[in-house]
Amino acid sequence: MIPRPPLAPPGVLIEEALACDAAFFAPKEDYVALAGALKADGFEMCVDVCGVDYLEYFDRAVPEGVVPTRFEVVAIFLSLSRRQRVRVRVQAGNDAPRVDTLFHVYPGTEAPERETFDLFGILFDGHPDLTRILMPEDWEGHPLRKDYGVGHVPIQFKEAPGPR
Amino acid sequence: MSDLTRVADRPERLMGETSEGAQELTRRIDTSTDELGREVGAVLRLDGVTLDPRQVDYERHDDETMIINMGPAHPSTHGVLRLMLELDGEFVLRTKTVIGYLHTGMEKTGETLSYVQGATNVTRMDYLSPVINELSYSMTVEKLLGVEVPERATWIRMLMSELNRVSSHLVWMATNGMDLGSTSMMIYGLRERELILAFFEKTAGLRLNLNYVRPGGVAADLPDGWQDDVEVICNTIDERTYEYDQLLTGQPIFRNRLVGVGSITAEEALALGLTGPLLRSTGVPWDLRRTMPYLAYDQVDFDVIVGTYGDNFDRYAIRLNEIRESIRIVRQCVEKMPKGDYRSQDPKVTPPPRARIGESMEALIHHFKLFTEGFHVPAGEVYSAVESPRGELGCYMVADGGPKPYRLHVRAPSFTNLQAIPLLMRGGSISDAITMISTVDPVLGEVDR
Repeated sequence: MIPRPPLAPPGVLIEEALACDAAFFAPKEDYVALAGALKADGFEMCVDVCGVDYLEYFDRAVPEGVVPTRFEVVAIFLSLSRRQRVRVRVQAGNDAPRVDTLFHVYPGTEAPERETFDLFGILFDGHPDLTRILMPEDWEGHPLRKDYGVGHVPIQFKEAPGPR
Repeated sequence: MSDLTRVADRPERLMGETSEGAQELTRRIDTSTDELGREVGAVLRLDGVTLDPRQVDYERHDDETMIINMGPAHPSTHGVLRLMLELDGEFVLRTKTVIGYLHTGMEKTGETLSYVQGATNVTRMDYLSPVINELSYSMTVEKLLGVEVPERATWIRMLMSELNRVSSHLVWMATNGMDLGSTSMMIYGLRERELILAFFEKTAGLRLNLNYVRPGGVAADLPDGWQDDVEVICNTIDERTYEYDQLLTGQPIFRNRLVGVGSITAEEALALGLTGPLLRSTGVPWDLRRTMPYLAYDQVDFDVIVGTYGDNFDRYAIRLNEIRESIRIVRQCVEKMPKGDYRSQDPKVTPPPRARIGESMEALIHHFKLFTEGFHVPAGEVYSAVESPRGELGCYMVADGGPKPYRLHVRAPSFTNLQAIPLLMRGGSISDAITMISTVDPVLGEVDR
């Protein structure tokens, strides 16, 4: 089993959590260590990293001891040998969200973390190349944040070059 | 009149308009060590050993190599993929992909559409396998809702997904053939795909973005005489795969371009999170249809095709043989197709039948509410994945109890698979670079979403 038992959701044993589709909540400072433990434990692949902006949902269901913050980073791990998936949810912070990068444990998280940074503005400490990936380089704001409006944004594409 | 000066006369303006700044490949002296390591394709980590990527190619100075730009409007980049390559003569030293040219904010759009409308949105992501996109989305919504899908709907979904997989692989065969100069394969691949698209049109009314699989079931029952149509498709394509064998598999020029080119190992593939044919080509038998069965894949008989060397030829052979395996599954679907409903009879997600709307006010209101407001989904968060022709297509959804998803994230296999490009390109020649892009099989609609 996982050497360092992480916080499981209320009422769910770790064995059960592994068997079903439940998530673990990792403290921010233990996040990378937990990923390393998972990797050593047979979770060969980090399938995805994504962010969630819980702007209005500070009262969402989290286990005891976890302080919900506005931004959450969700990492999904897959074990090929055990045929299991595990989801790890990390509270990233409110105003200046940042977590450590998984890049040095799972090199495949480079692009998903860049995407999360681009669309949510969550910083990943230690990431090799934290630049925008989907949006243009000079774009302002992070579009998937909940306070980033839909349909009221002036079009920010570059100025038309005029007749050639 | 100043606007009328030719743009080419003002190169700094041209640069300013097209530059993507730090997203681009820069000179070695301006690149950090970690980033340089990525660009030369360093993937694996070894405990206690630090290798400085600056020691790689150290005999080449920045003024001896050339950084060139390929795309985003290059015909062989399968859409709007842009590559920046550092070349030493004809050989590739570093690669960086610049993506986002097709980004339309579909995840953000998904948050403004109700669960009923959502399938219309996701079907446009991976435009070569729309049914599988809808399937991933619908299965996630059903998981949150706890709705049971009738058996017939499950088998219809499986039939359509496998036909879609065949059509997607046929397009891959076609474009890969064209990238290698076999224009005949281009025509043949698209010709066979036309059979499947015609069947899709007959079933769902549309050829490409079907919006056919929806939460709770499928949009319509299979048309009358569908068995005969599917039989014709199976027989034709099965026979033609042997013609492709004759045309390509044994052909010396084709083999020389593919065999032993662009090898990756299983460790590298796992570290990069690659899935689908890319992972299977390295010998890892990982196919979600077999290893984590969904729908009724545990009730049909098929083989998971794996390669040995992880090179381009293995990836070609895997896709060709997956067409045959999918045809096998389709035949079993025809045989075992159960009778019954094609969508759930749960009134929460399914509108009343058309005949009821004319005679019952309640049915009319129910129908109206379902398509204007949509159904409410209990709060929760869930991830579910299916095997798309390109790998693991996952959908992560957070529901807040309302009629729209609070957060919709799609784990696009092409997006992750693109990370293998620097590794594959490293040390190869520029002409093989085209083949590498092709065998990774990125669909840019899904990469950029």
